[in-house]
Amino acid sequence: MSAESGLASGGACGFCCTKLVRLGVTLGQHRILEDVNLHVHCGQLTAVIGPNGAGKTTLLKAILGDLPHTGHVHFLDSAGSRPDRPLLGYVPQKLEFDATAPTTVRDLFAGAAGRWPVWLGIGRKRSEQIRGLLDRVEVGHLLDRRLGRLSGGELQRVLLALAITPVPNLLLLDEPVSGVDLAGIEIFYRMVSQLRRDYHLSIILVSHDLGAVARFADRIVFLNRTVIADGPPARVLADPQVRRAFPVSPDLALTPELSSASAGRCLHCELEAGP
Amino acid sequence: MNWWYWLAGLLPFEWLGFAFMKNALLAVILVSGIFGLMGSQVISRQMAFFSDAIGHAALTGIAIGALLGLSDPTWAMVAFSGFLALAISWLRRVSLSSADTVIGLFMAFAVALGIVILSRGGGFARYSGYLIGDILSITPAQIGQLLALLLAVAVFWLLCFNQLMLIGLNPSLAQSRGVRVWLLEALFSLVVAVVVTVSIKWVGLLVINSMLILPAAAARNVARDTKQYIGLAVLISLASGIAGLAVSYYLATATGATIVLAAMAVFLFTLGLKRYSN
Repeated sequence: MSAESGLASGGACGFCCTKLVRLGVTLGQHRILEDVNLHVHCGQLTAVIGPNGAGKTTLLKAILGDLPHTGHVHFLDSAGSRPDRPLLGYVPQKLEFDATAPTTVRDLFAGAAGRWPVWLGIGRKRSEQIRGLLDRVEVGHLLDRRLGRLSGGELQRVLLALAITPVPNLLLLDEPVSGVDLAGIEIFYRMVSQLRRDYHLSIILVSHDLGAVARFADRIVFLNRTVIADGPPARVLADPQVRRAFPVSPDLALTPELSSASAGRCLHCELEAGP
Repeated sequence: MNWWYWLAGLLPFEWLGFAFMKNALLAVILVSGIFGLMGSQVISRQMAFFSDAIGHAALTGIAIGALLGLSDPTWAMVAFSGFLALAISWLRRVSLSSADTVIGLFMAFAVALGIVILSRGGGFARYSGYLIGDILSITPAQIGQLLALLLAVAVFWLLCFNQLMLIGLNPSLAQSRGVRVWLLEALFSLVVAVVVTVSIKWVGLLVINSMLILPAAAARNVARDTKQYIGLAVLISLASGIAGLAVSYYLATATGATIVLAAMAVFLFTLGLKRYSN
């Protein structure tokens, strides 16, 4: 049975930089994204906000390789090399699946992070391993639960646990808490912040929830077909264009409570990740 | 095959008295095994309509075989179904119309084309055997084909099941974990096409899809995890296959359709269990 889903964390600077250069996506006749330029640094939670149809989810899918795109996506790791196939973690918006399917959390994990065919059964040792992986986001007790029986918040935490198994170079969160209750949202973002610090992760978060974004993100990117504004939360949320798009923005004086923990930028990203 | 005749001869069943029934039993076991394994993934990616269309498209495969003057159109059928399966999965990928529309379009076209060619000169009745199937006429060599197919599906299932399950849950999630989504989807479509097409002559075009779907649907009602799901689907498929064969012997009915009725009975039973346990 494979044990490739270990906890091994990357180097101190897990993955230094993801660089999008003149990224564009056209679907049919529609130009969804054009000329998107973005650097995402390790240990940093970058939130992408924007109106409906701005291309936020499309951006994530282009990074994932799910959609064809023009321009380039460069990944640069802490050693300064560029891996061809970087490890990506992904938590989808809302897992659209048939809730009556008998797939358990254990099946999902064993299937996604191992080669042993799930339909032949999962041994006790492997089960305990999976429980340990789930415990990182405090959902070990859900091991035998069917996916269809999980609450929205539980499912997202299970998917978060999966997304960090193995620890990825870049973690992509696509409105991970839409449809989750308030307490669930709080727990989810707390876990994400914790993981960012523990594993020095690069995180791109697509979100509608400006309140959470203002509190947890280190940096906000306002996207509408291309990057309109980009910077620290307080500055971007004060931008007139952002205020027009989100008329009921939260109190902008709110100070990001966790962002100070992760100022670490890797200098060589700036130097070496040329276009 | 002699070991099998000897083994089947040990069973205390009157209906196994004839050699052709022993052949049919072995064929039913092999086909049921294949269908039991595959059914779950056909359901979870909502491909029931796809597999039905592939079954119907076999008519065109038969017609192509007839035009080429082949005595056994199996290979022409497999080739055409395989082509159609790949064409549909490609169109689903690039076209913005829904999968249902694309499949429905192809199915109507393939069925019409097949009927037009086969009915030239009013000769369609010759091919009506494909509609209801005839497992009692299977030969040992053809059973060998089914065995090879079962082994191929089992290997495919050992290597690719996890990835298919993940794609079934969420393609983007699968992609993020390095699964080559389109390659696997195309491969799975191809395997479904080959399995359905090779089995049509024995099970019958009209009911083959139910034989693929029903055991897995029944298992889904009661299974608590993936292992139980697949295991129960195979068991239910085998049980209804064997029961259907025996009943069809005594009632002198078409075997494929009788098997489907048996599987339907199991489905209703498990549906009752599910209601009761909730």
